[in-house]
Amino acid sequence: MNTEKNSYTVLFAIGMVAVVGSLLAFVAGSLKPNIEENERLEKQQNILYAMGINENGEDAGGVNFISTDKVSDEFSKFIKQQLVIQGDDVTEDDQAYLIDIKKEEALAKADDYERRLPLFIGEKDGSTFYIVPMRGKGLWDAIWGYIALNDEMVVQGAYFDHAGETPGLGANIKERFFMDDFIGEHVYDGTAFKGIEVAKGNADPLNKDKTDNEVDAIAGATITGNGVAAMIKKDLRMYLPYFNSLKK
Amino acid sequence: MGILSKKDSKLILDPLADNNPITIQVLGICSALAITAELKASIVMTISVLFVLGVGNVVVSLMRNIIPPKIRIIVQLVVVAALVIIVDQVLKAFAYELSKTLSVFVGLIITNCIIMGRFEAFALGNGPWKSFLDGIGNALGYGVILIIVGFFRELLGSGTLLGIQVLGDPIAKTGLYALGYENNGFMLLSPMALITVGIIIWVQRSRNKTLIEEN
Repeated sequence: MNTEKNSYTVLFAIGMVAVVGSLLAFVAGSLKPNIEENERLEKQQNILYAMGINENGEDAGGVNFISTDKVSDEFSKFIKQQLVIQGDDVTEDDQAYLIDIKKEEALAKADDYERRLPLFIGEKDGSTFYIVPMRGKGLWDAIWGYIALNDEMVVQGAYFDHAGETPGLGANIKERFFMDDFIGEHVYDGTAFKGIEVAKGNADPLNKDKTDNEVDAIAGATITGNGVAAMIKKDLRMYLPYFNSLKK
Repeated sequence: MGILSKKDSKLILDPLADNNPITIQVLGICSALAITAELKASIVMTISVLFVLGVGNVVVSLMRNIIPPKIRIIVQLVVVAALVIIVDQVLKAFAYELSKTLSVFVGLIITNCIIMGRFEAFALGNGPWKSFLDGIGNALGYGVILIIVGFFRELLGSGTLLGIQVLGDPIAKTGLYALGYENNGFMLLSPMALITVGIIIWVQRSRNKTLIEEN
């Protein structure tokens, strides 16, 4: 067989594309239900994690979610309300956690579209948690997360995740030593909304000062850290009209 | 090595030392810089490359007589990319937690020049069994360097190993830190990976003079 011939090369390329293309399509298609189910459960785990329902040990170990076989029950037990905020309209929707934030962000670029903002209200030990989903940009790719606030706008818990930050540096935003620092932080400075800065070289590495609107940054992950701060500021701001209406 | 002939075991052992892909052939440097800030990431990357290079070498070797030479690089790329994507999808469906850890590495595995290098230099000209051994050997040779670099960068940069504080607590000032020791944050940045690899090359060549080039 003469593999040098142009006709053979073209035929081989076509054949390869057809075989590999259909193989990948078949694999993706047959695994899709499983993958979607995993992603659905993960969202529930993340939301519960942010409000402090997880299987973490006392000391700063790894991140341990509620296991996947229990998460659906726990989710319906602790999440009392799921709201969709669209402009001034607030509606209840028990599928709100499935709203694709990325899609909403893209749709909101059109002028006549009012973005749907999901908000989850959880209750644990008599206190109420408002869990806000957020999405932003890290160094290489998307970052996202959930922040749980109480009615004083003090952070009760946070969960962050990323699509492709540098392992060992930016990827550490999903480690407890970073996420746990947010607990107790204020997002308001007095009466002004300030968000939470991920600060380099701040004078408070132990994070004892909870009202400084700052957490300690990760060394070597400046841009990812800035992305987290920007994401919190940008996405939390969209919920402020709703939170202000609660106070009245 | 009883099961393997002398020639076969050479295929595995050579890349571990005298023909190491990173320190001798200087391939795969990019990923060695990118992900060695932590020991755990180095180990995950090693296992991933071990799998992809082992299987990929066999696939390319089986196809070696029908691949048109003019587009062989493209064919090799398609093999790696397809392999990595299938593994990623299967993990996402059946081992979701693990796939979350690996997802960051997927892009880095596809573009790893060691993989393309071994397909091109070895699998295209040798049978599947030999190619398999060559793939395993080179992946291990790559992994050894990755793990050494990851070990030193994590230990000196963060004072931890696999996330466990081995030198004491830098903030509470216990252990070594009580004596005034400080973590060297510079170790976490990529240039220090290059310098660490350089030191390994230096040590290796001073112990084995035959590796030193003539010029």
